[in-house]
Amino acid sequence: MEDMKEIVRTYVVNEYVEDDTEVTFDTPLISGGIVDSFSMVSLKRFLENKYKISIPDDKATPEAFDSVNKICMLVKEFTKE
Amino acid sequence: MSNIGSYDERIKNFDWSIAEKELDYQPGNDINIGWYCSDRICELGKGNKPALIWEGSQGQGKRYTYNELRLTSNGVGQFLRDIGIQPEDRVCLFMDKIPELYIGFLGVLKIGAIVQPLFSAFGDESLIVRLDNAQTTAVITQRKHAPKVRKILDKMPFLKHIIIVDADPAKPLGEREIAFDMDNAPKPEKFHIHPTKAESPSVLHYTSGTTGQPKGVKHVHYSLISQYLTAKWVLDLQDSDIYWCTADPGWVTGTSYGIIGAFSNGVTQCVLDAGFSADNWYKFIEKHKITMWYSAPTAIRSLMKAGDEVIKKYDLSTLRHLASVGEPLNSEAVIWSEKVFGKPFLDTYWQTETGSIMITNFPGMKIKPGSMGKPFPGITATVIDADKFEPFDGPGKVGLIAIKPGWPSMMRTYWRNEETYQKKFRNGWYLPGDRSSIDKEGYFWFVGRDDDVINTGGHLVSPFEVESALLEHPAVAESAVVSKPDFVNMEVVKAFVTLKPGFEPSKDLDLEIMNFVRKKLSPLAMPQEIEFIDSLPKTRSGKIMRRILHAKEWGEEIGDTSTLEND
Repeated sequence: MEDMKEIVRTYVVNEYVEDDTEVTFDTPLISGGIVDSFSMVSLKRFLENKYKISIPDDKATPEAFDSVNKICMLVKEFTKE
Repeated sequence: MSNIGSYDERIKNFDWSIAEKELDYQPGNDINIGWYCSDRICELGKGNKPALIWEGSQGQGKRYTYNELRLTSNGVGQFLRDIGIQPEDRVCLFMDKIPELYIGFLGVLKIGAIVQPLFSAFGDESLIVRLDNAQTTAVITQRKHAPKVRKILDKMPFLKHIIIVDADPAKPLGEREIAFDMDNAPKPEKFHIHPTKAESPSVLHYTSGTTGQPKGVKHVHYSLISQYLTAKWVLDLQDSDIYWCTADPGWVTGTSYGIIGAFSNGVTQCVLDAGFSADNWYKFIEKHKITMWYSAPTAIRSLMKAGDEVIKKYDLSTLRHLASVGEPLNSEAVIWSEKVFGKPFLDTYWQTETGSIMITNFPGMKIKPGSMGKPFPGITATVIDADKFEPFDGPGKVGLIAIKPGWPSMMRTYWRNEETYQKKFRNGWYLPGDRSSIDKEGYFWFVGRDDDVINTGGHLVSPFEVESALLEHPAVAESAVVSKPDFVNMEVVKAFVTLKPGFEPSKDLDLEIMNFVRKKLSPLAMPQEIEFIDSLPKTRSGKIMRRILHAKEWGEEIGDTSTLEND
């Protein structure tokens, strides 16, 4: 799980952060304005490709994507199956 | 009692001089939006009234009274003058929804310079095209967005200043950069407002078309007349209101009604600079006791999607009036808002070029869910035949929306593109590029765009711009971009792509191309779906037939394919 968190955190920093904003596992991503609702689609696609899962649209909510921790919990739900 | 009172009575007796008189403006006098939105409200004795209540994504907050708005915008004006900004120079605001954006807007106008607001999520390609077209003299931005400007600095010899409002004193500034801390800068009590006149340029907003580069829509200070009165009669802004316009001032709603309409009416407005979450939005309404809420169909549908349970956690009883803008508001959303908020969202129709609301639902008027409503008093709007450019002689026929030019906030031209501006007029009508019908009672019903421009979440995206960006990716041989239906955003961008030899379709390539466009243009322009195909449908003369791809996405009839290359 820690590995996954670091992978997701690194991806978010590399793809969506343009300055030196620090992103922790709990940093609000969507409500904090780091990832907007349109860009969420590319983040979802990354998770699906990386973890070979399919996240249904109704599970890919702004709330479920609002931090690295929450994202990893969501991914875990689908990797278990 | 609503401000407009009886719509039918207003129609009979309307003249724009109503707004001029209320604003104590006489034709020929000076008119400066920056002054009207701050100094004038103080002169009316409301200097201590809260003007702007701002909340950031981390819960931090700032408040400004009208007097502070006046003084701080004076400080912005003074700073800009001191560094040599001249009247009619273009000054770009490239910031998130932070107080500096709202106050900077007024400060730029106060010295007679032209404000060029740009959406802070724009990538470097979107930025350079717009700054180059405007030959912008200065950009006011934040530390977090400065890297995008630095990246294209070499291509902008005309850009003299990059003004950073939150510079880190511990770090050196880059080339042409200058730090400006708005809150702590000198705030002159007495400040010479540039004597702009009705036709002096004020705001330059960029909008996308089907072909060619984005167009700079030039507005003038006289636009205030329309923006003030429509905010008063449609948004029904009243002295006691706590107003929340959710739009970003990178787009026209955020300036016409998030700044000019709100402040010229002297109301208290709240701004939330945070990403969307239903909980956060409802919490914000409850906390600040919002009474008037102007939002967008995309946001409303996102709230619908979040469900009704979350609403019950908050006290939203202060809301007295709701309105919507950006794209057609579907009837389900109107009915839903009546159910959960006890009042409908009233749809308003207008665009960047019109500068203010044109066709709308008014407080007190019979609402037909899904309808755009009726023309604002003083606006002559109809639907015309697309071939003859003549109004239809009866109701119910679908044609082009047409508006008689001459209202105060009408754009004056496209910046350095008069030819395209002239093409917006036919047979004495201004054509916004949308199709609709009018029913027997005079209500307008939106049908769709008359071109290939994609309206996603209320923002126009040019397929041409996206296709051009796609072609810069090393794997892409050809591309065609169309809209596809989406519950929340009404439409989203979809790209059809053929690959160069040596590249194979894959999920990783798909993501790589998505991110490539997102960074180059903006998240709005990023294709939400990419379909790799062997060849694009083309005419025999080699023109890509977007129409066919669009029809497939929307489940429509493909129509005439006689000119198709491989038919």
